[in-house]
Amino acid sequence: MTHGVIGSVNALIGGLFLLTSFAMVATRQVRGCLGQFVYQSILLAASALLIGGSTASWHLVAVGLITLITKPILIPWLLRRTVPERIFTRREVALTVNATTSLLIALGLAVLSYFIARSLLFAAAADFAAVNLPIGIAGLLLGGYTLTVRREAVPQLIAILTMENSAFFAGIAIAPDLSIIAELAVAFDALVLAFVIGLLTRLIHERAGHTEVARLAELREEAKR
Amino acid sequence: MILIAIFVLPIAAAAVAMIEHRVAPAVTVAAALAAFGLAVHVGLTVAAGGSIAGIPGWIAADGLSALLLLLISFVGVTGAVFSVGYMARSGSDRRLRGYYASYNLFLASILAVPLLAELSMVWIAVELTTLFSVFLVGYTGDHAALEAAWKYAVLTLMGAAIALLGFLILFWGLRAAGGTAFTWDGVRNAAPGMTPALLGTAFLLILVGFGTKVGLVPLHTWLPDAHSQAPTPVCLLLSGVETSAVLYVILRLIPLAAGVGSGVWAQVFGLISVGAAAFLLLQVRDYKRLFAFSTVEHMGIILTAAGFGSGGAAYGATYQLLAHAVTKSFAFLAAGLVLLAMGTREIDQVRGLIRRSPLAGAAVLVGGLAIAGAPPFVVFLSEFSILRAGIGAGYYLAVGLLGLFVVIAFFGIMWHVARMAFGRPPEGMEPVRLPVSARIAVAIAGIPVVALGMYLPGPLHALLRLAAEALSR
Repeated sequence: MTHGVIGSVNALIGGLFLLTSFAMVATRQVRGCLGQFVYQSILLAASALLIGGSTASWHLVAVGLITLITKPILIPWLLRRTVPERIFTRREVALTVNATTSLLIALGLAVLSYFIARSLLFAAAADFAAVNLPIGIAGLLLGGYTLTVRREAVPQLIAILTMENSAFFAGIAIAPDLSIIAELAVAFDALVLAFVIGLLTRLIHERAGHTEVARLAELREEAKR
Repeated sequence: MILIAIFVLPIAAAAVAMIEHRVAPAVTVAAALAAFGLAVHVGLTVAAGGSIAGIPGWIAADGLSALLLLLISFVGVTGAVFSVGYMARSGSDRRLRGYYASYNLFLASILAVPLLAELSMVWIAVELTTLFSVFLVGYTGDHAALEAAWKYAVLTLMGAAIALLGFLILFWGLRAAGGTAFTWDGVRNAAPGMTPALLGTAFLLILVGFGTKVGLVPLHTWLPDAHSQAPTPVCLLLSGVETSAVLYVILRLIPLAAGVGSGVWAQVFGLISVGAAAFLLLQVRDYKRLFAFSTVEHMGIILTAAGFGSGGAAYGATYQLLAHAVTKSFAFLAAGLVLLAMGTREIDQVRGLIRRSPLAGAAVLVGGLAIAGAPPFVVFLSEFSILRAGIGAGYYLAVGLLGLFVVIAFFGIMWHVARMAFGRPPEGMEPVRLPVSARIAVAIAGIPVVALGMYLPGPLHALLRLAAEALSR
């Protein structure tokens, strides 16, 4: 089903996409996380353009272009505007789980998502889904895992954005003709998300003097006073 | 046009609030009242068997949507009225301008959820409810509020990303089954022909993802934080209708995915939530957290009822949606009055409320009795109808557990509330006067709390029946 060379190129893009998800688990510097997100978004757009071009789906090409404008360009720009520069140069010295263990867990999640995707692919075939679906699911799980182990605000925000990226990486293969209005609305939504959470990060930085959100833990049932 | 106006009105009010902050409270109340008026019109028309024109394939309202619109806009009105006096003392003009703009956008986004017929737009509306309310939760700007806002944003947005994959897989299943329109009707028609693996996976992803935002245990951890830290008028929307509006999406999917065991999943998640909330609310120290856990309990009850799947249980679920919205928003209003009267959220420091402020004391007692499900309040009737329908459908174990948890929660809530209302007030405290707008809000919110337990108007009954049709298999 998959078209020879194009299929191989798409598989390569998929592999690199997965790699950025892995890198996000272990990248210590906040700026590095943002960089991984930019690469990942470009790969998402590339896959959409490639699949769209090869199946003559102008719809997917449009999706690819929308992605290319919003995710690698507008979102980092917005974050740079809202979040103080000092936060980007921070390094997370103490990860909740050490990097080696994290990468092993991430590997386990990737294998798991391959099996989840396989059971779905048995049920319904779709061009390119054999690559994009397992990688999309893996990215979603890895994003969720990143979210739970990172202690800083910006990496957590980026983890959410990569979860959306991953859902769409699967989406371009399994739901290639979602209405263009929905695609535009989703792109708008991602911008609002980056803006709102970026502002919240800035506010936390102003009020608490740091953005290590894992350290904010006043609200407990049993605790205090 | 009416359907579009319902959520455009608050958006317009938000714009006015940004331009001219002095009229912001009045415009907010007016927009909410107008939206409520239109929702009543929609409700009456739909209940009488008519239909309201929307935009085919994008915006539509059936019985269930009309019920949700009615509840959301009603709570929008009481919250707006309560804001006037309550928020006036809370900050500078600039901050208040932001507050009213956010309040209106938040209200508009919740109203959009039941109005939209296209499923990807429904997902976006749910996501926007989070984004527009983040700053309302963190409004006070102290550490605890910012922590609550962060947890709220991060966990519910993570859930939304999981649900997004669910929606995309649902779309895949729809196309594979030969369906075209990604609307509630389109999905309903295509569901019987959908591949079970796709439909089941999509349902589970959406249940878990949006379940985070509904506050289903164990994904509820953010909810008591956010619902206790937000300013009281915002709590009415957060606890009274935002959770219900997201649960509505799950409720609509349950009958469609009945063939792949959605009923069992709903019952399991529902019962775990009710049970955990019943025990967790015994140990709270903050009375707003008490009411927040009661929301988790109510959401679990509705989900369990929808899981039973029979016509009677579906009616009970819609009845409980109604009961939850009116009683929970009233309970949070009462909490706001207590906070105004006593200046603390600690249950241990609130004693003899009836003497210090008879209105706040009476409101918190009535609110507590109403949300706990004491007769003759409406929650008692809805919970009773759910238990009866469950027995009728043969779910004895689930009904037994549900009944047990509801009783535990009842005593838990009443124990806390009675301690606050009665007893000896702290020394040296004078009776206080509450703002007029707060008194008006309590009066408006109190009407359905008292009246619906004794009398259910004909059109509302018809609307509940229609709404239940959308939930039964």
